[in-house]
Amino acid sequence: MNKWKLALLVCCLSIYFTFSSSTSTFAMHIMEGFLPVKWVIFWWIIFLPFFILGLRSLLRVTRKNPELKLLMALSGAFTFVLSALKIPSVTGSSSHPTGVGLGAVLFGPLAMTVMGSIVLLFQALLLAHGGLTTLGANAVSMAVVGPLVAYGIYCFGMKTSISQRLIIFLAAFFSDLATYVVTSFQLALAFPDATGGISASFLKFVGIFAITQIPLALTEGLLTVIVWNFLCTYSRHELEQLRKGV
Amino acid sequence: MKRNVFLLLLAVILVAAPLSFIRHSEFGGTDDKAEKAIQAIDPKYKPWFETIFEPPGGEIETLLFSVQAAIGAGVIGYIIGVYKGRAGRRDEAK
Repeated sequence: MNKWKLALLVCCLSIYFTFSSSTSTFAMHIMEGFLPVKWVIFWWIIFLPFFILGLRSLLRVTRKNPELKLLMALSGAFTFVLSALKIPSVTGSSSHPTGVGLGAVLFGPLAMTVMGSIVLLFQALLLAHGGLTTLGANAVSMAVVGPLVAYGIYCFGMKTSISQRLIIFLAAFFSDLATYVVTSFQLALAFPDATGGISASFLKFVGIFAITQIPLALTEGLLTVIVWNFLCTYSRHELEQLRKGV
Repeated sequence: MKRNVFLLLLAVILVAAPLSFIRHSEFGGTDDKAEKAIQAIDPKYKPWFETIFEPPGGEIETLLFSVQAAIGAGVIGYIIGVYKGRAGRRDEAK
């Protein structure tokens, strides 16, 4: 890393820390019972097709390349760890990363829909975090849109000359951020502002969410690159197999 | 390897920085704050469904979150170990 990049980084971080000491907020999944019934049904209907396609994609991969199961378990475990880590943020509140970026880059977005949903179900049932009624909405944000964004950035990035590590970092960063942008959107749809409507409500939610999530998304990006480095060193074989297409 | 250590350090700094910059906060992040935000927009809204099981108390919740992280970390460590062992054997075979 050269001097200028470092200076830029320090500069950005200090600006960020100066302006981000806003009031405390919430930044997690939507809690049980906190979406009106019609939105619960709406998001479940959107979510289910993705889940079914995801199951098919998972089965196809494991049937065709059984030796990739281990790598799949790794991506699942990565989501499991990251979504259990509640990390403090500059806004004075905590949130957790999602960890779906890694698996989406490796196996495609649909496979991660299943993994992400399992994590959400675990948290809803055992941790009272998120909820069963809001599982559809939460899964759409974390397990559908998040992986899609990661995969989209990865595919696009691979066509450019950007270094692979940076692409992985950006994919994980934006998938994490996108998850919470979607959550804000879902809350805004369900709870439009009395005067400003959905857009005002969305701006309110997203202003809160985005700032809290930025450092966490950065952390997630870094951790994803670390695991990616390990994979590049020790499991080239699998990565090549995945690149050939599954 | 060196690069990984650097990345990990950066991640630790990112996590630790808010703790040292912001003093007067408990870093809460959960449900009652969300409740307030929604109630501010729509004071009439009542949650219509309760969680089936709620961990009795913060300690138990912490336990369950740690279990989740521990399972995941164990699996990751195991798999990377397997890969590393295999890569080592492959090198020896050559």
